[in-house]
Amino acid sequence: MNAKEQVQQISGVNPYKCMKCGKCSATCPAYEEMDIKPHQFVSYVQSGNIEALAACKSMWKCLSCFACVERCPRDVQPGRILDAARQIVVRQRGGNYLTAEEIPPLVDEDLPQQLLVSAYRRYKR
Amino acid sequence: MQRIGVFVCHCGSNIAATVDVKKVAEMARLEPGVVFADDYQYMCSEAGQAKIGAAIKEYNLTGLVVCSCSPRMHEATFRKCAERYGLNPYMVEIANIREHCSWIHKDMEEATQKAVILARAAIAKVNLNAPLQAGESRVTKRALVIGGGIAGIQTALDIADAGYEVDIVEKTPSIGGRMSQLDKTFPTLDCSACILTPKMVDAAGHEKIKIYTYSEVEKVSGFVGDFTVDIRKKARSVDEAKCTGCGVCQEKCPSKKTPSEFNRGLNNRSAIYTPFAQAIPNVPVIDREACIKFKTGKCGVCEKVCQAGAINYAQEDEIITEKYGAIVVATGFDTIKLDKYDEYAYSQSKDVITSLELERIMNAAGPTKGHLERLSDGKAPKEIVFVQCVGSRCSDERGKPYCSKICCMYTAKHAMLIRDKYPDVNVTVFYIDVRTPGKNFDEFYRRAVEEYGVNYIKGQVGKVAPQPDGSLLVQGSDLIDNKQIKIKADMVVLATAIEPNQGVRNIATMLTASIDTNNFLTEAHPKLRPVESPTAGVFLSGVCQGPKDIPETVSQAGAAAVKVIGLLAKDKLTTNPCTAQADELLCNGCSNCAKVCPYGAITYETRQVNDHGIREDRRIAVVNKALCQGCGACTVTCPSGAMDLQGFSNRQLIAEVDAICR
Ligand SMILES: Cc1cc2nc3c(=O)[nH]c(=O)nc-3n(C[C@H](O)[C@H](O)[C@H](O)COP(=O)(O)OP(=O)(O)OC[C@H]3O[C@@H](n4cnc5c(N)ncnc54)[C@H](O)[C@@H]3O)c2cc1C
Ligand code: SF4
Ligand code: SF4
Ligand code: SF4
Ligand code: SF4
Repeated sequence: MNAKEQVQQISGVNPYKCMKCGKCSATCPAYEEMDIKPHQFVSYVQSGNIEALAACKSMWKCLSCFACVERCPRDVQPGRILDAARQIVVRQRGGNYLTAEEIPPLVDEDLPQQLLVSAYRRYKR
Repeated sequence: MQRIGVFVCHCGSNIAATVDVKKVAEMARLEPGVVFADDYQYMCSEAGQAKIGAAIKEYNLTGLVVCSCSPRMHEATFRKCAERYGLNPYMVEIANIREHCSWIHKDMEEATQKAVILARAAIAKVNLNAPLQAGESRVTKRALVIGGGIAGIQTALDIADAGYEVDIVEKTPSIGGRMSQLDKTFPTLDCSACILTPKMVDAAGHEKIKIYTYSEVEKVSGFVGDFTVDIRKKARSVDEAKCTGCGVCQEKCPSKKTPSEFNRGLNNRSAIYTPFAQAIPNVPVIDREACIKFKTGKCGVCEKVCQAGAINYAQEDEIITEKYGAIVVATGFDTIKLDKYDEYAYSQSKDVITSLELERIMNAAGPTKGHLERLSDGKAPKEIVFVQCVGSRCSDERGKPYCSKICCMYTAKHAMLIRDKYPDVNVTVFYIDVRTPGKNFDEFYRRAVEEYGVNYIKGQVGKVAPQPDGSLLVQGSDLIDNKQIKIKADMVVLATAIEPNQGVRNIATMLTASIDTNNFLTEAHPKLRPVESPTAGVFLSGVCQGPKDIPETVSQAGAAAVKVIGLLAKDKLTTNPCTAQADELLCNGCSNCAKVCPYGAITYETRQVNDHGIREDRRIAVVNKALCQGCGACTVTCPSGAMDLQGFSNRQLIAEVDAICR
């Protein structure tokens, strides 16, 4: 499985459903802090540019509020793509899972609280 | 025993390149009943048909199998050919060795083998075929049009001009539909009322057209050429024959607090009202829910002021039963409800409006007398934001998956009209795509950008937030510049998705006309039969079939009229003889078949039967031959095997399967 397929599989997102309307980016409260914007998460997966996606700062700025997921008229779920990208990064660091105890030392000051909630949501599965 | 001729067509190289046609003919000759088999380059050509004719004569054929293209293509051709040479047309079967064989296989050997099998099945069927006689049914030379918008009006006018009687049934107190609510119309910007009102007057004055307003279709029975329809004419509480349309009653009516449907609730109307000044008929109705007289028994002001003595509080609903040969559905559309779209703050701010509401605001006869103003404080807006595709192209459960088609054009129209009349107002349009196919349509939109300086931004709006100072903070994407932008607007206009009118599902059920998942009526063929419903005798006109603008609606309305005229011009209709029939000895009257029949063709009667010497009264299914379309749903539902389709009997189908499996 290549990186693109991996992101698609983890996130369950079909980037080709996107009609490039920009609703996700119009909605995102963390937009200004992001280097790659929510609608671009989708186009990066479409074009297979996963390396850039995995290196983006947005990943740690996203609030995981899922407003983009909620509002997208085509049910693309851009927020889940970042979720998947984060997981890939975590896997690269070794190990699929983090225990709850391992997390505090990894937490960066700027990391939004909500992101932790999201992380727990994902890793507990 | 039948004497069957088999004719294998090459279809040029379409079939012959993949199927060994000589081999097919050769194998067919070995089948029981076959006395002649041959192949030819083009069986459907004149020469090909002459070959068939010659063989019928020479070999005294009683049945034909043509191995060729799909029966959809040429079954009718070969049936006519058989008839010309003295054979019953239902003694012809087609083996589809093109679409089902040569076009989908590459390997010649395999394709040939399949062609042989298909021919064998068709031969097995013809062996059991019996001549069938098409019946006849009469045609009532009058049409019914349901819905009196521009679609219904145009269809009715065209049918009436051809000399046939037409009735229009319109739910609201006036004909005119949405077009009567519009201000100016793209692409020419002529005033909607100026082009619509003359048509409304023509329809009302036409000797062949009868208009039932404030009326609804309640019951439909019968079939193509011979429908019987009950129309409920709701009590107007005003005598149409006496009323002079002076309007005094509306002026004096003390109950003036009902939101005006015509003005989309932007202002109020009286309890006795006509929806708009040019209403046809110009006879008011009393809204009994709002009328003080009906609620408390007191008041009666309108009765006192009416010089004509037209008010009649005791008037009752009337049921009119009429016969029709054809029915046209023209029930149009409405804009969707926006309750699932909180992000646009539509329910929070009076200054967030739909485009249809803007039409009323821009209209000189509207709630603001044509002045562009904020409904919250009456101030003139300086910054207006338009959002396109609100609820359109949404595959989630909030909106509609389709493109509403008209919004790109009317938004360009609105933006342009505003910039023209109020050049100091800034206009921004958020769009996903601008879709302007149509004559002079793209030029129209470009004018909005190039000549009128409308600011088009590619991207959607994520949030509209009402501010304490009364303005609206619009947060949207600018995808080209990759920016999130915020605009402080005075007014936001939502190009709201359209959907078929409420109640169309009910109409479709009454007519047994099919309807899609979005409640648009389905056409018989999306390309080749766009104005006919799959139900014979039912035709489609206007937006009830799919989103369209006025030019397209009018074209479709004319096309529907032509189809109706074509039907009404006939004195008799031939009916399809391949209909269902219940074997009275097997039928146990269980009612299962009537439940599945999509055309309502099955009823039950109690009849005396003689079952091996025992006479008894039994409840037995009876199929109305004129209604049955031969779909076969009943035959597979019947638990006792009593239902059979003529021309497609269980025996024939089993014989085909046996021949295939042999
Ligand atoms: C905001 C807006 C702006 C527009 N601007 C333009 C423009 O500038 N140019 C243009 O070409 N097009 C424009 N359109 C499109 C135009 O309005 C439609 O193409 C046109 O009105 C379609 O006509 P219709 O007769 O099919 O439907 P309608 O106008 O909806 O008429 C249907 C009629 O059927 C009646 N009806 C419904 N159900 C029943 C029932 N069960 N029984 C009896 N009667 C029933 C309704 O009351 C109504 O009178 C605009 C549309 C909108 C929303
Ligand atoms: S909101 Fe959905 S469809 Fe629109 S750009 Fe974002 S992901 Fe694509
Ligand atoms: S989930 Fe992340 S990308 Fe999506 S709207 Fe929230 S912050 Fe923005
Ligand atoms: S006052 Fe009488 S005549 Fe005048 S509009 Fe009313 S009902 Fe008709
Ligand atoms: S064949 Fe179809 S249409 Fe005819 S009676 Fe049976 S179910 Fe009805």
